[in-house]
Amino acid sequence: MPDRLPVKKTYKLFIGGAFPRSESGRTYEAEGQNVARASRKDVRDAVRAARAAFPKWAGMTAYNRGQVLYRLAEMIEARAAEFAEYCSGRDEVERTIDRVVWYAGWTDKLAQVLGSSNPVAGPYFNFTVPEPTGVVATLAPDEPALLGIVTRIVPALTGGNAVVAVASEAHPLAGIELAEALATSDVPGGVANILTGYRGELAPWLAAHMDVNAIDVGAANGDAPDLERAAAANVKRVVHGHADTQSPWEVAAFLELKTVWHPVGQ
Amino acid sequence: MTELEHRQDRAPVPKDWTYAPAPEARDIVRLEEQYGHFVGGEWLEPTETYTTISPASEEPLAQVGQATEAEVARAVQAAREAFGNGWSDVSPAERAKYLFRIARILQERSREFAVLESLNGGKPIKESRDVDLPLAAAHFFYYAGWADKLEYAFPNRRPRPIGVAGQIIPWNFPLLMLAWKIAPALAAGNTVVLKPAETTPLSALLFCDVLRQAELPAGVVNIVTGDGRTGAAIVKAEGIDKVAFTGSTEVGKAIQREVAGTGKKLTLELGGKAANIIFDDAALDQAVEGIVNGIYFNQGHVCCAGSRLLVQESIYEPVVEKLKRRLGTLRVGDPLDKNSDVGAINSKQQLEKIQELVAAGEEEGAEIYQPPCRLPEKGYWFVPTVFTNVAQSYRIAQEEIFGPVLSILTFRTPEEAVEKANNTPYGLSAGVWTEKGSRILWMAERLRAGVIWANTYNRFDPTSPFGGYKESGFGREGGRHGLAAYLQFEDGVHA
Repeated sequence: MPDRLPVKKTYKLFIGGAFPRSESGRTYEAEGQNVARASRKDVRDAVRAARAAFPKWAGMTAYNRGQVLYRLAEMIEARAAEFAEYCSGRDEVERTIDRVVWYAGWTDKLAQVLGSSNPVAGPYFNFTVPEPTGVVATLAPDEPALLGIVTRIVPALTGGNAVVAVASEAHPLAGIELAEALATSDVPGGVANILTGYRGELAPWLAAHMDVNAIDVGAANGDAPDLERAAAANVKRVVHGHADTQSPWEVAAFLELKTVWHPVGQ
Repeated sequence: MTELEHRQDRAPVPKDWTYAPAPEARDIVRLEEQYGHFVGGEWLEPTETYTTISPASEEPLAQVGQATEAEVARAVQAAREAFGNGWSDVSPAERAKYLFRIARILQERSREFAVLESLNGGKPIKESRDVDLPLAAAHFFYYAGWADKLEYAFPNRRPRPIGVAGQIIPWNFPLLMLAWKIAPALAAGNTVVLKPAETTPLSALLFCDVLRQAELPAGVVNIVTGDGRTGAAIVKAEGIDKVAFTGSTEVGKAIQREVAGTGKKLTLELGGKAANIIFDDAALDQAVEGIVNGIYFNQGHVCCAGSRLLVQESIYEPVVEKLKRRLGTLRVGDPLDKNSDVGAINSKQQLEKIQELVAAGEEEGAEIYQPPCRLPEKGYWFVPTVFTNVAQSYRIAQEEIFGPVLSILTFRTPEEAVEKANNTPYGLSAGVWTEKGSRILWMAERLRAGVIWANTYNRFDPTSPFGGYKESGFGREGGRHGLAAYLQFEDGVHA
């Protein structure tokens, strides 16, 4: 008989900055824990939260977004020991932190690297700037449990998008722990939403959702062609993301390009 | 009385403003009776044909091929062979020179192409002569220069061509859309199979003669004609690595479904329902010209047409009055007449679609205005039309009409203008008219569209990326960004 019984965590979803249970009341067992098994309606709530949060995040200055993402790295570092228990270990946690810092430094450089000023034949100042596409749905790979979900979420956030992510089905605890780091990192509520549950059950709803602008199907369960077909309903941008990579083009995959013709005259 | 006043006094006073006909000569264009498919540098006898006409007179112009799956397969095969044996080995600098040659030949033969474009498509000669042709040539010239500079466009990414591009283009700017597709594809080192629109195949077929003159290696560009069945065969063909489509959102979605899971790369330039937003401080006469150019240019057959006019409430009356007056001076008629401002509707099918949506607008309660206008008896015509009293929910405010039909709505604040402008599944373009530079940029930041024109509209340039947000498609055409659609990269990301 222990002197004191530890208080165990209930593993819940992360939607709109809050930690609700699945509206369905369902859970599934993963890594020895009962984890929320999100439903179609949870997907709907998460997309709604992401859409509502999108203008604020997209409207922040790039410098500010960079600082918030850097703060996320700080929060992961502070919980490094816990994170190490939910993934392959300390090394994966450190790579995750460094990746977040790397992307934090990109927010205010994207427009310079990806944009352009265009020498049109006429009296116009013509320029092209990258802008976030909107709400991005992403499926985290099963492994690496922590680095994988961070690699898929953070490029979209760096570009100013709001994200709905489905955590690793086999190793969801790292994703839930990440939600707790996000909740304390100044990332506005709703900008990053994390669902746990069955990927194959949730992905089709995300792919067909008319208010999702892009979907990353890189970690789909062999049903990527079906998801791509469903994505055509509102001409979604379909991305095949990798589990472990970092580049500004990963960010660019979730960006639109806007070209402005501004008059020049006296 | 000064000498000048004397002379003015004696000058005949025009009694009315009717114009004498000023038709452009047609004899510069020599049409064949029948055209085949241009495959592997040779003309392939078509198995099936149809008649292509002039929409202004319904006069038959030529027989053209309706390419079957087998004919498409031969074209894809020719493109594959050209890509594998030779074209990808041509040095980038030499590739550039072929494209420069094409640009120059288009300039040299521009009148011939302009006349053919107006004849087969119905657009006024002054537009095909002053817009389509110069821009098509400029596009080839611009991308020619990129062919041997790709490493500078995409540093650290080792850009490589994708392979064979299947390209399907619309009937509103037949040759210009061909240039938008073929120029970047070849600059990037790909070979192509292109299908012009069913109703406007002739300028693409004449373009094959430009390729002959430019001595482009056989099979690098293959052109097959036909309707949507031919397009579907291109999309499905196994030897195609990349699909580029410009056309309706409906067909674009079908193509996106079709290529799902195949690994084929895809770019889509689809429909639009653009807002043209006029603030009360705008230079009104200039804005009215911009409204007219925004929606009546090319009979409104423009995916980025400014089909929803958003006028600030305080200037609603003068804008509508000036616009109606201006509409009365638009000359609708023979596309080959140099005085024509508005030409023929491209096809019977399109005319029926416009008529149906206009009828829906009247039925839903909008107020229609059409200036007095005598239309030719033969051919497909539609009077430039304005709707007032339009609610955002009306079909004429939601659906792409692709015709000379403008819906006018009002707003009070910049925030309301942004909200109404963005209230559409499309996101291709928008216009902003104001004398305030800071407001232009404030609006530009908030409008969810790929191209924002300020104090101008429907302006294009090869250096300027063009393409949509949301259901208006993805990928860009023009500029450095337009090259990315035709390249693959070492990092494996398609962006």
